[in-house]
Amino acid sequence: MSTGNMNLTLKIWRQKNNKAKGGLVDYKISEVSPDMSFLEMFDVLNEDLVAKGEEPVVFDHDCREGICGACSMFIDGRPHGPKEGITTCQLHMRSFNDGDTIVVEPWRAKAFPVIKDLMVDRTAFDRIIASGGFISVNTGNAQDANNLPIPKVQADSAFEAAACIGCGACVATCKNASAMLFVSAKVSQLAQLPQGQPERYRRVQSMVAQMDAEGFGNCTNTGACEAECPKGISLENIARMNRDFYSAKFVSEESI
Amino acid sequence: MAELNAHIPEGELTDKWTKLRSSMPLVNPSNKRSIEIIVVGSGLAGASAAATLAEMGYKVKCFCFQDSPRRAHSIAAQGGINAAKNYQNDGDSTYRLFYDTIKGGDYRAREANVHRLAEVSTNIIDQCVAQGVPLAREYGGLLDNRSFGGTQVQRTFYAAGQTGQQLLLGAYSALERQVGMGKVEMFTRHEMLEVVVVEGKAKGIIARNLLTGELERHSGHAVLLCSGGYGNVFYLSTNAMGSNVTAAWKAHKKGAFFGNPCYTQIHPTCIPVSGDHQSKLTLMSESLRNDGRIWVPKKKDDTRKASEIPEDERDYYLERRYPAFGNLVPRDVASRAAKERCDAGYGVGKSKLAVYLDFKENTERYGRIEANKNNIHNPDKETCMKLGREVIKEKYGNLFDMYAQITGEDPYELPMRIYPAVHYTMGGLWVDYNLMTTVPGLYALGEANFSDHGANRLGASALMQGLADGYFVLPYTIGAYLSKELATKPIPQDHPAFVEAEASAKAILDKFLSIKGTKSVDHFHKKLGKIMWDKCGMARNEKGLKEGIAEIQQLRKEFWSDLRVPGSSDEMNPELEKAGRVADFIELGELMCMDALNRNESCGGHFREEYQTEEGEALRDDENYAYVSAWEYKGDVTFELHKEELKFENIKVAQRSYK
Repeated sequence: MSTGNMNLTLKIWRQKNNKAKGGLVDYKISEVSPDMSFLEMFDVLNEDLVAKGEEPVVFDHDCREGICGACSMFIDGRPHGPKEGITTCQLHMRSFNDGDTIVVEPWRAKAFPVIKDLMVDRTAFDRIIASGGFISVNTGNAQDANNLPIPKVQADSAFEAAACIGCGACVATCKNASAMLFVSAKVSQLAQLPQGQPERYRRVQSMVAQMDAEGFGNCTNTGACEAECPKGISLENIARMNRDFYSAKFVSEESI
Repeated sequence: MAELNAHIPEGELTDKWTKLRSSMPLVNPSNKRSIEIIVVGSGLAGASAAATLAEMGYKVKCFCFQDSPRRAHSIAAQGGINAAKNYQNDGDSTYRLFYDTIKGGDYRAREANVHRLAEVSTNIIDQCVAQGVPLAREYGGLLDNRSFGGTQVQRTFYAAGQTGQQLLLGAYSALERQVGMGKVEMFTRHEMLEVVVVEGKAKGIIARNLLTGELERHSGHAVLLCSGGYGNVFYLSTNAMGSNVTAAWKAHKKGAFFGNPCYTQIHPTCIPVSGDHQSKLTLMSESLRNDGRIWVPKKKDDTRKASEIPEDERDYYLERRYPAFGNLVPRDVASRAAKERCDAGYGVGKSKLAVYLDFKENTERYGRIEANKNNIHNPDKETCMKLGREVIKEKYGNLFDMYAQITGEDPYELPMRIYPAVHYTMGGLWVDYNLMTTVPGLYALGEANFSDHGANRLGASALMQGLADGYFVLPYTIGAYLSKELATKPIPQDHPAFVEAEASAKAILDKFLSIKGTKSVDHFHKKLGKIMWDKCGMARNEKGLKEGIAEIQQLRKEFWSDLRVPGSSDEMNPELEKAGRVADFIELGELMCMDALNRNESCGGHFREEYQTEEGEALRDDENYAYVSAWEYKGDVTFELHKEELKFENIKVAQRSYK
């Protein structure tokens, strides 16, 4: 099958379902090619497990090019593994050495309950967006796009915040399991655009309220989220969100 | 038997849509509240349709197999979205976009549909900007554009190399807004396994809750399939791992005709295969062809490094063969040209199945411009390269990073190695002008239908079509059907049609688990992919297609007798999900070969080796094949061909030339 020469030991979190008790299980894998992606290495492992009549390891994945945000492995104590600026599916085995032992766990957070093995439930993120992460404009109401010039710097900054893929690495790495980076990225994208102004203060309050209701922790400015974010979403977004949140609560007439 | 009537409105091409839209029967607001619509899929087409229908007042249920609608594969589209805005004042117009799309599709698309697409293209950009989608801008604050293949104007809007992501997140937030208001009920981690048809009309679906394995019955007044394309029939493609044909295929087996199944788009610029472990292929956006020049060595089996090959020993074969369009020829043309060079022994890299995409010249050119801006006159080469690198980085940074990550090579220093890969399927469920399939009440939108791209899709047109269908077409056209369904009460969930559909879905799942053979699902999927790529890939011929059909039939037998699926059906079981998808791909693969065999001509992405010009270009047969193949399922993996004649009243059909 694979043509490589790396031999590895994997310690993988196995958990039958949300109710069952989970634990780390050891697996040996050989002939791993350095050109394989981390998930392709898991494919090989699963193929072996199916051949042996065992249940394959369940994990979330889809696009395998770092944009859908589905993959979510906590590898050797870091979300998406040892390299910066990439997702698990973009991690390649050339980043490991022959003979390594690799520990793979699911995202750990109260708001992200384990579904099975390495797969967790991240629907809390959808509910946060549903609470206010949008501009209320129905289809068919738009004016000509160029009637609203937006300075390039501002548009670029909004884009950088909008690049969030909703993977949840920020929550997984945070000691408080805080979702502030995720929430602030959306708040900050829309707050920097003229289209986002009418709902700016309502939005930040609703989204923060939903974030709290989902059981995410608070932010204590450690910055692990920014360091581990595969898309380089900046901590500045959190500062921007806090500013808007306090203005909304103390200054704005739109306190909700 | 269903009649093939495309329901194209009468009148002048330019008036058809406007007139139809203003005379379409409407559903009044109080009635809308009691009408339920099922949307399967949450990509650009699904999310935009679900959000818009909910805004209009309908009750919507939306389904996706991913854990969130935001992960639908539209998210991965890189390059851009076309619109006939003419913001660059370079002569663009609705007609020109229409013309380019028909020509790009090698005269195998419906004129009326394509014109409508060009008409609404401008509305899409307006809508997305209003939603806060951060499209790229110039310093003046206005929107920026770039060029894409098959056109000579700059009409492509973009957001770095993440245009699909930004557009999808726009549609997703519109969808979630409706979810928050309780107007859309969202079912994530659900897969549609059956369409429920009552008295000839689509009235619901059977969906499997992937978390619990439970089969659920959902009824509605209409069902929209927005479930994407079927490129994964080839196993290796640029599609996401979960992209599948199941929803469309189940609909096909319930009476929806399948249009042009053999039209597959092989994208010219993908990262080459590195080994047997490969699970998917990664696209390098077509936008790179704006600044990258494609070449191979002039000498056969040249083993020198790219940097050691002097300029006059390089063959920029696209510029040589197609001087007018150069590196920006349409995808089918660029792909075949790469295959031709590699087959002839000029390929590069370890596998020899790759060509170079080189940014050096344009990096230097950009650097020179930057140097000028910074008052550096007569800059040396090194300075130019350094400054130019920054420009390239801003334009394509994320793509270059992706390439470096996958190959371990630095594309700023070395030219990229690229090779064609399966990317998009122009074929799909046959729909009429209203996007309705041959089953009344069952619609198909976006890549899941066959309608707008003919035999070859132009770059940056998929995002345009998905959003056109979902935001601006279907929400109007569905009124014509629903206004006649007001008297129909929702079908009770214990109706025999539901019971039967659920039983049939369950029987298939039970069968997978009971075979207890020796081979995994992936084993069969890889075998199918190899047959499809070898026999029904970039070049096809009669002998190969006949062999392909026989091999697929044999594979189907082995699949149903030697498959091993571990676990059970009442839990999260990804192997079981894959088994269902691969079973459907195997049947579809056979139909694709049949369709390719039937079409004795070459057009767009469908290249039959027997039919080519002396220069190796696709040779159409307009006399005999200017039709849409619409296949009807006749039971037991047999199919009957129906034809929809294509009439070109506004465009002169000609041999496509990009020279």
